[in-house]
Amino acid sequence: MQKVRRVISVIVQNEAQVLARVSGLFAGRGYNIDSLTVATIPNSDMSHMTIVTRGSSRVMEQIIKQLHKLIPVYKVIEHDSMVEKEMVLVKFPIQKGENIAAIQALFEAYNGGIVNASEEVLIAMAADESHRINHCIDASQVFSPSEIVRSGVVAMER
Amino acid sequence: MKISGAQMVCEAIIAEGAKYVFGYPGGAIMNVYDEIYKQNGFEHILTRHEQAAVHAADAYARVSGEVGVAMVTSGPGFTNAVTGLATAYMDSIPMVVISGQIPVSLIGTDGFQEVDAVGISRPCTKHNYLVKSIEDLPRILKEAFYIARSGRPGPVLVDIPKDITSEIAEFKYPDSVNIPTYKPSYNGNNRQIKKAVEAILQAKKPLLYIGGGAVLSNAYEIIREFAKVTGIPAVETLMARGVMGDSNELHIGMPGMHGNYASNMAMSETDLLISLGARFDDRVTGKLSEFAKYADIIHIDIDPANIGKIVDVDYPIVGDVRIVVGKMLDALKDKVNKERYQVWRDLLKRYNEVHPLTYQDSDEVIKPQWVVERIGELVGEDATVTSDVGQHQMWAAQFFPFSRPRQWVNSGGLGTMGFGLPAALGAKMADPSKTVINITGDGSILMNIQELVTAAENGIAVVNVMLNNHFLGMVRQWQTFFYEKRYSETDLSYQPNWKMLTEACGGVGYDVTTKEEFDEALKDAIKQNKVAFINVAVDRFENVLPMVPAGGALYNMMLEYKER
Repeated sequence: MQKVRRVISVIVQNEAQVLARVSGLFAGRGYNIDSLTVATIPNSDMSHMTIVTRGSSRVMEQIIKQLHKLIPVYKVIEHDSMVEKEMVLVKFPIQKGENIAAIQALFEAYNGGIVNASEEVLIAMAADESHRINHCIDASQVFSPSEIVRSGVVAMER
Repeated sequence: MKISGAQMVCEAIIAEGAKYVFGYPGGAIMNVYDEIYKQNGFEHILTRHEQAAVHAADAYARVSGEVGVAMVTSGPGFTNAVTGLATAYMDSIPMVVISGQIPVSLIGTDGFQEVDAVGISRPCTKHNYLVKSIEDLPRILKEAFYIARSGRPGPVLVDIPKDITSEIAEFKYPDSVNIPTYKPSYNGNNRQIKKAVEAILQAKKPLLYIGGGAVLSNAYEIIREFAKVTGIPAVETLMARGVMGDSNELHIGMPGMHGNYASNMAMSETDLLISLGARFDDRVTGKLSEFAKYADIIHIDIDPANIGKIVDVDYPIVGDVRIVVGKMLDALKDKVNKERYQVWRDLLKRYNEVHPLTYQDSDEVIKPQWVVERIGELVGEDATVTSDVGQHQMWAAQFFPFSRPRQWVNSGGLGTMGFGLPAALGAKMADPSKTVINITGDGSILMNIQELVTAAENGIAVVNVMLNNHFLGMVRQWQTFFYEKRYSETDLSYQPNWKMLTEACGGVGYDVTTKEEFDEALKDAIKQNKVAFINVAVDRFENVLPMVPAGGALYNMMLEYKER
């Protein structure tokens, strides 16, 4: 069965165990989560989770129903038309500063720039769609990054 | 009113109307047990193992329809209870289990008798709570009972650290529950119901496929009425035995792996399968691609996650079976023509005549099926029947003449050996007017045999009838059929002296090898006002038939076993 990439938003009661309840549904069925972000929703006692995963449509339908069934889950949104953004932080060693301008230019092309610099390293940031973040990381390989941290996707219905 | 957390637990149990708590004390739950000692709002039944406490509470719920309550301590007390939780979870039984936990400040330090109870029970409870503050306790207790009994019922665990039960705080038990994220829907979508009704009117070979949900929602009267008015025949699953009543001529039988021929053919040939609180278990469907191949499917279930989980559904209806069937009946009453399904009914009747559920009786040795039939003849409607898991369970389901729902108590989903005896205790407490017969096997019974002591101590008069084939029978059957008779670890010839064992525990025991002895033993056992145990030596190699081999199509039943 064909596995399709899915982005699911889950609105949950912000309480202990809720992340374990949600991730447990995936774990118990042997499905991997590609990325997961959680943060509280301003002025509420709810949190917003964005989960990126892969699975056949029957499996995804079942997971979504099971998510609905969890007591602290308020809402599950799975939509084809989502605005998705992801952030990446990339650390580069500085060798005599020769690449700083090139790195800056690269990350500006991906809605970012240099966010921190010291004598030995600089850290650049990009915020864009996931596939563009992939490109950005590929392109930055020539500068020999020493560390890459992705945030995972956050998504919002159009 | 300021009271301790332990008192709050007792007050909540009383406020929820629970008459019995089944449990076992220990360090972390001692504060609550101290309050249990002081109160007289409910009775505590001390089982001899935590698993048994949970099974007893579970069976109490199954027979009474109320929420069962069990109580255990932390660590091993809790882990022993997990099998009970999982059993209740699989069969959607409303239950609240209260477990002690080590003090909040020690949680996570590998304290004595510490285990992550909410972590372990998460996948086998409907919901669970770790109480972190006494202020939350009244609300959590209220929610636990509400969640257990509402929507699709299920077990809820409340894990309470010891310092919370000793702490004193203001107590007011909430009148109502407000969980914004949990709103079960009961009524069914009227447009979907209308469509389903149209489909029924168009169908030629409709079939009611009744599951455990029909029992849980107390829908049996409306379902019997629905069948009577429409003339639509019905099959009922292992979990729904008794809903139609076996004497009902529209009752075709039980479908599935050990279902009768007519039921499985009905499932295979129907053109409209009307699922009432059933969940298309693999033991019922057989090979999915061949299952109900010619049928459109109406699926009525209170749990949306059940709909479309196994099979694609044409008419999904999320709602309570009792309410939805009531609405469908109202819509159908004046339109339906019973004659329309006459040919279909005749066909199924013919199937039952050609291949009835049967067995070859013998004069040399007692056949296990005969024992079940005989219990039916001698006790019948007066009986509540519990069972363990294995061949005896299937024979009980096949051959006992069930006449009402909640008459039959078994672990259908999880298939928990050792369920029967503690379940019999819970069943007897729930309805003492009935004769409780635990039909068990020589494998299962030893898994909770210690409960003979509980039964004897409390004068809980239940009758255990053990179909003794000196085998782990169901596994032996599979080894005969599919493993070339390599009887790996299934020969249980080495056995205790059952009569002595029972009598040592304070019950009355019988060893039976003939039909006459069985009749005498059963009659005598029922007269005794204490726990009884009838060890019936039965044919060692009897098989449960018909059988649909795992993964096979329902219509390919093995009706008899031929030596190869």
